[in-house]
Amino acid sequence: MNLVLVDHADGVATDVSLQALALAAALGGETHALLIGPGGAAAAQNVSVPVVHVAEHEALDAFAPDAWAAIVCGVADRVGATAIVAPGTGPATDAIARAAVRLGEPLAANCVAVTPGDPLLLTRVRWGGSLLEEARLHAGRAVLTVAPHSIAAVEPGPPGSIEAFTPELADNDLVVRVRDRVAPPAGGVSLADAKVVVTGGRGVGSAEGFAPVEELAALLGGAVGCSRAVTMSGWRPHTDQVGQTGNKIAPEIYIACGVSGATQHIAGAKGAKRILAVNTDPEAPIMSVADYAVVGDLHEVLPAVSAELRRRRG
Amino acid sequence: MKALVCVKRVPMTGGRIVLTEDEQAIETKHLGFAISPHEECGVEEAVRLVEQHGGESVVLTLGVAEAEEQLRDAMAIGIDRGLHLVTDGEEWDPEATAGAIVEAIRADEAASGPFDIVFFGNESADSGGFQVGLRVAHALGRPCATGLKSLVVDGAAVRCEQEVGGGRDVYELPLPAVLTVLEGLNLPRYPSVPGRMRAGRKPLEATTPARPDSRLELVRLVVPAGDAKQAEILGRGPEAAAAVVDLLEQIGVAL
Repeated sequence: MNLVLVDHADGVATDVSLQALALAAALGGETHALLIGPGGAAAAQNVSVPVVHVAEHEALDAFAPDAWAAIVCGVADRVGATAIVAPGTGPATDAIARAAVRLGEPLAANCVAVTPGDPLLLTRVRWGGSLLEEARLHAGRAVLTVAPHSIAAVEPGPPGSIEAFTPELADNDLVVRVRDRVAPPAGGVSLADAKVVVTGGRGVGSAEGFAPVEELAALLGGAVGCSRAVTMSGWRPHTDQVGQTGNKIAPEIYIACGVSGATQHIAGAKGAKRILAVNTDPEAPIMSVADYAVVGDLHEVLPAVSAELRRRRG
Repeated sequence: MKALVCVKRVPMTGGRIVLTEDEQAIETKHLGFAISPHEECGVEEAVRLVEQHGGESVVLTLGVAEAEEQLRDAMAIGIDRGLHLVTDGEEWDPEATAGAIVEAIRADEAASGPFDIVFFGNESADSGGFQVGLRVAHALGRPCATGLKSLVVDGAAVRCEQEVGGGRDVYELPLPAVLTVLEGLNLPRYPSVPGRMRAGRKPLEATTPARPDSRLELVRLVVPAGDAKQAEILGRGPEAAAAVVDLLEQIGVAL
């Protein structure tokens, strides 16, 4: 029996949660799902497993990771789950890690494949996806998260049955909870959603050197990004950083200018459909992950590209 | 304010990861090492808190003898002393790592008083287990918030913010607490030359914990195949502009 913690937003199960259901299916046996908090009952309508458990409690209106962990452990015990799977995304990872600790079990984060057995064999990602680890999991109950967008999701569909219940929550499990929510800043194209991302690396040379990067991004209705070297030099804020420890992007085209292409940076750009590198060094590592390249100084190439775009628009 | 920050020594992998022959580790013969990025911000935050509130900051690592380099790096930007749990180079899984850290914290707190905040990175850059801080918090019976990009200590509580879908979720935790942080929390300073000189003289306590068997047992590492490409060269210098705009038009992003 597998139990999958399904995360949801606006009454819809998240994509990565449907990928977690796929990882659970690879373990074999029956799978139940668990949804917690407001919107859970609506999202449950499209989770195609025999039984969906929905935990409802007024204290769950705000995310409380210890309460989520307590609920996961309670349902896992009740249904006799031998494996617990969650999406490898923020709140769910937080909650499932706490559940693993409570259960006294190891946690294998960001799995991309599993082979049932004792021990369980699994493959998980390291270095933000730049390296894979094959491992044996010696556990009473396997607790796993799935690496986002690494395996195909199960199709949404109606569940066999939905069992709503009100969990008992201890005060202690509500100490850590969301007290307030600050809305995203309005306006501008976010790096995560941009169709075009133009990024500058160390080769830009200075904060002021980003002018041609910003100009091209604005002309294309895209977003400006940067590498870690740029952030650490104080030229751009960390919110602009693309990489393993920054933003993950998935544009139609990623234009990387003066970026060497360290694995730490590329880990954030794996979702890009195409990469165009602009670099003075034809041997730079970025050239082996790029689809297209211009060999040259970005301070000459980018203004020429912007001028050509303007010329063609008349 | 007494703050502890736990850090991990990781290789700076650069452009392409190469493995050792036995596929158990990254070949680091030609690589430098650093504090894992998220934890670097934890170090900076611990130093800032003690600058603001007074008190003491301590850095801890579980790692090989050479990881003293990372402890000295942290001391060079202002951490007061170090705790080194020395290992022989074999990998420790997250449970074992957390267990050894809990013992070290208990021993240090028995001798020198409790920590108000214990900092961890949200996840390490290399193995990325997403759990050591939570395990330590559970064992110590302290509240823990994860993935933090902002925090303000106010008396006996800490207000912290987590980035969620572009917005921010705000938590308020009573102290003592365990906080796991993300890069972007602050911009870590560079060490000064006098800072480096002082770091060499700061107290460093080394112990050698016993390594339990891993329950998440590494079998081998694999570099994912299929990433290497040969980029199509569109041109050289500004003369390539027309070819670039052709490409942008072709994929429908030239507007």
